[in-house]
Amino acid sequence: MPFTPPKESFSGKIFELSMGRGDKAVTIGGENVMPFHRFEGMSPSKPVVAFEVQDVPPEDWPDTVKEAFKDVSGDPAAWAAYCQDSLGAEAIALRLVGTHPDRGDIPAEQAAETVKKVLEAVKVPLIILGSNHAEKDTAVLVKAAEAAKGTGSVIGKAQEANYKTIAAAAMANDLKLIAMSELDINLSKQLNILITQMGFDKEKLITDPMCSALSYGLEYTYSVMERIKQAALAQNDAVLQPPMLADVGVYVWKVKETQAAEADLPEWGELAARGIAWEAVTASSFLISGADLLIMRHPDAVAAVRKYISEFSMEVR
Amino acid sequence: MALTGVEIFKLLPKTNCKKCGQPTCLAFAMKLAQRQASLDQCPDVSEDARQKLGEASAPPIRPTSLGAGAKAVKMGEEMVLFRHEKKFVNPCAIALEIKDTLAAADAAGRIEEAAASEIDRVGQRLRVDALFLSNDSGEPAKFLELAKLAAWKAPEMPVIISTQNPEAAEAALSQFAGKKAVLYGANAGNLQAMAEKAKAAKAALGIAAKNIDELCELTEKAKTLGIEDMVLDPGARSAGEILRDNTYIRRAALKKNFKPLGYPVITFANRQDTMLEALVAGLAVEKYASIVVVGSAEKWKNLALFSLRQNIYTDPQVPMQVQQNIYKIGEPGPKAPFLITTNFSLTYFIVSGEIENSKVPCRLAVMDSEGLSVLTAWAAGKFTASKIAQFITESGVEGELDQRELIIPGYVAILSGSIEDKLAGWKITVGPREANGIPAFLKARTA
Ligand code: B12
Ligand code: SF4
Repeated sequence: MPFTPPKESFSGKIFELSMGRGDKAVTIGGENVMPFHRFEGMSPSKPVVAFEVQDVPPEDWPDTVKEAFKDVSGDPAAWAAYCQDSLGAEAIALRLVGTHPDRGDIPAEQAAETVKKVLEAVKVPLIILGSNHAEKDTAVLVKAAEAAKGTGSVIGKAQEANYKTIAAAAMANDLKLIAMSELDINLSKQLNILITQMGFDKEKLITDPMCSALSYGLEYTYSVMERIKQAALAQNDAVLQPPMLADVGVYVWKVKETQAAEADLPEWGELAARGIAWEAVTASSFLISGADLLIMRHPDAVAAVRKYISEFSMEVR
Repeated sequence: MALTGVEIFKLLPKTNCKKCGQPTCLAFAMKLAQRQASLDQCPDVSEDARQKLGEASAPPIRPTSLGAGAKAVKMGEEMVLFRHEKKFVNPCAIALEIKDTLAAADAAGRIEEAAASEIDRVGQRLRVDALFLSNDSGEPAKFLELAKLAAWKAPEMPVIISTQNPEAAEAALSQFAGKKAVLYGANAGNLQAMAEKAKAAKAALGIAAKNIDELCELTEKAKTLGIEDMVLDPGARSAGEILRDNTYIRRAALKKNFKPLGYPVITFANRQDTMLEALVAGLAVEKYASIVVVGSAEKWKNLALFSLRQNIYTDPQVPMQVQQNIYKIGEPGPKAPFLITTNFSLTYFIVSGEIENSKVPCRLAVMDSEGLSVLTAWAAGKFTASKIAQFITESGVEGELDQRELIIPGYVAILSGSIEDKLAGWKITVGPREANGIPAFLKARTA
């Protein structure tokens, strides 16, 4: 029996979204096939990995990853520049954790200053993230958006509880917007609809279906992403056609597997490699399920994921 | 090609006798077409129909065993392309490569490493499942030595014998009689000889093709040579090739019922770069491999791969759960601390593990919350003050206790007042948020 490759083609296509300014701008999305299925359709851009940088020193990060930035993590601009210049970051994700009421409650104006400094320090695209405190984020992200006006930056996350203010700020300052809902395709869809009903251009949205770590709910994120991608492609559902984000580092570097010493759990093996593997395996899995953009922390995990990505464009026989 | 329900119906007895458990022959035919029933359930089907239907009703990916006995691994039988459609059935086996060019002591070390890899993970025993023995030397004698070593050091572990030399194959297979080894390495040049060796040893035959076209030719030929159990290698090595070939094979088998590709797949992830190898092995787990070959088995890498495999192969409809109960950890007396959590497996195993770490004997109430984690259950209204109060009261635990204090997870601190209202005479204490705070918390109380 001769073999005919059972190819699948779809009517839908993921929106192409460009981030950043000038010659360092990058584009994600644009595919009309499932992730890396270059053998049956278009997949014009590679997924992008953004390095996470924080406005305050990363005290709650485990040593494995804290160590990697110890010389720069006291200064967000230096930290971002280090990621760009020494680690070859294609994008920076600045998380304004210090604005959280429990983490220092840094005022919005001061956070906006940090955003400006980081924007001056790097040329690669910037993703500006709040502290995930729905209320405080509205104040912080409005100021941050003004500080980033016209830079093509991405801002987020807009959630059900605060999307109106944040989407309006993104629109007024011509920024791209991350919309995050909680692990449910219908919630994702609903939030994207609400945001576009405000007049926000759906082609400037990034969907964050909510991330999770290997062994801590990975399968939920994985399947929600696959379902969103399929609905976007097969059913040509425009509301679900924005590219997707997996915000990996923040979920991974708090689980026990990235923290427990080998002395306490010898059967888990070496801690440093375990943490890096935890982040890299989580991230690479979400590439397979549909993420176009990743936010990660450890340089070695990022390096492994980039090598992995490049294996998909190796000349396929 | 797959038959439709109506085509199947035409071949059934049409008596509607219900012996198959279905109300009518047509209903049974529909079940067969959807692969939700097996032909054996109809006792009256004619021999002629059985033949015609046999091929069509066989599972699209042939069930095959890797190894025999307690550590045997089931392969094949998959029914879907995406895990949200239906549970993936037989978790991908992880096989550690061991070359016969290694010094005997090194080879022995690696075999032992694989054999000792077993760990407990969320209630399951997980391990490196198999050894992939490579005849890199090309010499039958060396290969036999390695096979002997494996059979001696890890007698229960399934093996895949990798060689292109039928003579070396025979030598190695002699060590695994009755153990359902896989003989991998049949290609266009050696197919007939390899098929004979596999048949003689009752081993499955691993086809090493250059591409899918050749793979189809080889499996069809092997079939005419009397080989039933096969394992497929389409020659993919880079991540892109693995994704493409494994996707084509799974689709062809499931959607076209294309028999030449209806067998389990073996994927090679082995690479110099061990971290990259972990990611490519992850791809194999996610994308349809039944066996993934790795070049090294560090403990941290095993843990990550075992966890990923467990995640990908859980039932998407039913989270892994434990039974509602009051579990004793250690030998708790009537005054021992009493804690509560939900019945999501992951939550239970993390929390009970930390209580064990504390060495403080405790009672842990595990409440049925339909397998949801603490916060999810709380948000879904399944871990509420009234449900907790009812569960504690009905459990009868009060009779075992000399105290009335319940420790609740820190994340649901908000419930403490309302539980006190509903559970007369009880004091509610808020524990730490993360389970890793439990040992210090419990120790501080007893100090
Ligand atoms: C995976 C997940 C889901 C899965 C369910 C997984 C499951 N089996 O529970 C799905 C997709 C189904 C889901 C659904 C929902 N989810 Co949900 N989900 C998550 C997620 C990502 C991970 C949960 C998890 O597995 N945690 C791991 C387990 C081990 O954690 P745990 O049980 O809490 O246990 C820890 C501690 O509590 C502590 N602990 C546990 N027991 C005890 C006992 C004692 C005595 C002590 C001291 C400590 C302790 O130890 C453990 C480890 O530290 C979280 C976000 C996150 N990253 O945490 C959201 C999250 C829990 N979900 C949330 C919500 C709102 C929902 C939904 C209501 C909304 C929706 N998306 O539809 C639904 C409700 C479900 C329903 N059936 O209606 C919210 C809850 C908000 C809140 N603060 O109340 C969260 C926090 C997300 C968020 N940030 O908004 N969810
Ligand atoms: S057992 Fe056979 S004959 Fe009887 S109803 Fe079922 S399919 Fe029809």
